[in-house]
Amino acid sequence: MRERILAIIEKNSRIDMRELAVIMGEPEIDVANELKKLEEEGIICGYHTLIDWEKTNIEKVSALIEVRVTPQRGQGFDNIAERIYKYPEVNSVYLISGGYDLLITLEGRSLKEISQFVSDKLSTLESVLSTATHFILKKYKDHGTILDKKNEDERMKITP
Amino acid sequence: MRDPLAKQVVELKPSGIRKFFDLVAEMPEAISLGVGEPDFDTPWHIRDEGIYSLEKGRTFYTSNAGLKELKQEICNYIKRKLDITYNYNSDVIVTVGGSEAIDIALRAMINPGEGEEVLIPQPSYVSYEPCAILAGAKPVIIELKNENEFRLTAKELEDAITDKTKILILPFPNNPTGAIMERKDLEAIAEVIEKHDLFVISDEIYSELSYNEEHVSIACIPGMKERTILINGFSKAYAMTGWRLGYACGPENIITQMVKIHQFAIMCAPTTSQYAAVEALRNGDEDVREMREAYNQRRRFLMHSFKEMGLDCFEPFGAFYVFPCIKEFGMTSEEFATRFLNEEKVAVVPGTAFGDCGEGFLRISYAYSLENLKVAIGRLQRFVEKLRAEKQ
Repeated sequence: MRERILAIIEKNSRIDMRELAVIMGEPEIDVANELKKLEEEGIICGYHTLIDWEKTNIEKVSALIEVRVTPQRGQGFDNIAERIYKYPEVNSVYLISGGYDLLITLEGRSLKEISQFVSDKLSTLESVLSTATHFILKKYKDHGTILDKKNEDERMKITP
Repeated sequence: MRDPLAKQVVELKPSGIRKFFDLVAEMPEAISLGVGEPDFDTPWHIRDEGIYSLEKGRTFYTSNAGLKELKQEICNYIKRKLDITYNYNSDVIVTVGGSEAIDIALRAMINPGEGEEVLIPQPSYVSYEPCAILAGAKPVIIELKNENEFRLTAKELEDAITDKTKILILPFPNNPTGAIMERKDLEAIAEVIEKHDLFVISDEIYSELSYNEEHVSIACIPGMKERTILINGFSKAYAMTGWRLGYACGPENIITQMVKIHQFAIMCAPTTSQYAAVEALRNGDEDVREMREAYNQRRRFLMHSFKEMGLDCFEPFGAFYVFPCIKEFGMTSEEFATRFLNEEKVAVVPGTAFGDCGEGFLRISYAYSLENLKVAIGRLQRFVEKLRAEKQ
């Protein structure tokens, strides 16, 4: 049941409890209990909305930043990751394998704001060895959703 | 000038769905629940294989019966799903959709003009009866019943058999009713089939869309594989309707003759589609599972909604159709569907498009997103309430 709930609400977190129970073919009370447990256990960590900011007139810039750091004895990367993710403008922080250590995604109002964050805050952290900033020019697909998808039904309206 | 036309073609009734199609065409703003094909796009990795085959210049005929790799994958698939063993070299033919397979199976087995009878359970897909007629057989309709959840019973079959009966068409999971045949149902009719020495054309195009348990084929029942042409295809399972690709498996002597007709009339199924289909069978199980789950969610939503509005509908466990009964409103299916279209701008298909015994029923397709279904079902509820108020 867990896996089925997660599969559905990962794509549609706005679905109401009653409808969720109906489409799963399970009693509403069981679904509600399971969902509550998933939240309590921190498996469901939040409900967010996917917004295509491009279509608004609000200016937003996002960037991917590769960071190479020196891991600290006994702490590994956790300490430095924490120092970085505490900044509210940081959207996500991943520890990754490959040529660098941390991948950060960041949102700001302008290029300047992001550059300033990198030069003033990120680069000056003691264990940060180097950074490489990539500005995102266009989002085609985000969180499994194609942002500019046409939703026209091209099928004939009646077929046997 | 002489009449250029063939009488039996002129006399064929046009598909009952055509009339409704024209009505809906005049109303572009209508929401349709009348479509008999998946709403999903063909999964990308399958499309990609098709594109790749074009890039590689694989644009030639394949052998008549189909690409060897595809026939092998079809046999693997059937072994995996149904535990039936077919020889890819002699027992399989790749066709232009399941439709072609139905046509050539009938033509390979019927002696025209000898009054051989083909049993066609209805309500069912629109092409069986015309194909039987064009093959020179006499179609005999078996009217399936709501109280049996539109399954074919041994008694109904037995009652329809004469000494001219040769073939039974077995269309399950069923379009338009969504009915399925479980193993016990198939075992019951298998006895009758064997007793009367009949052959079966089993159209299992919706086999992957079975929601209660795994689909069972009549060919799984002991003694039946030898008398069954099993028809399936890629349209419904992999959302590949436009690729026009199906197949038939069966006894070598029948398949050999089917290949002969296919070779002269068609040559081979589209090459691009065949390459894409190999990919579908090799790596498409997860796509099928996901689509089936989405359909099942919609199916549950519809059954729940019908229950809430008090609309009589048996619970169908196959395909992507529900077949509610509208007899309480005292209208024909066509009257109901026409008024529903005009007054609520929702298109559904009258049950009569699939045989006279579909009278009093509607086919509602759930090959639509839940969002679309919710809007349409909201309108159905309003319409049903209005009709009930009118009756009082």
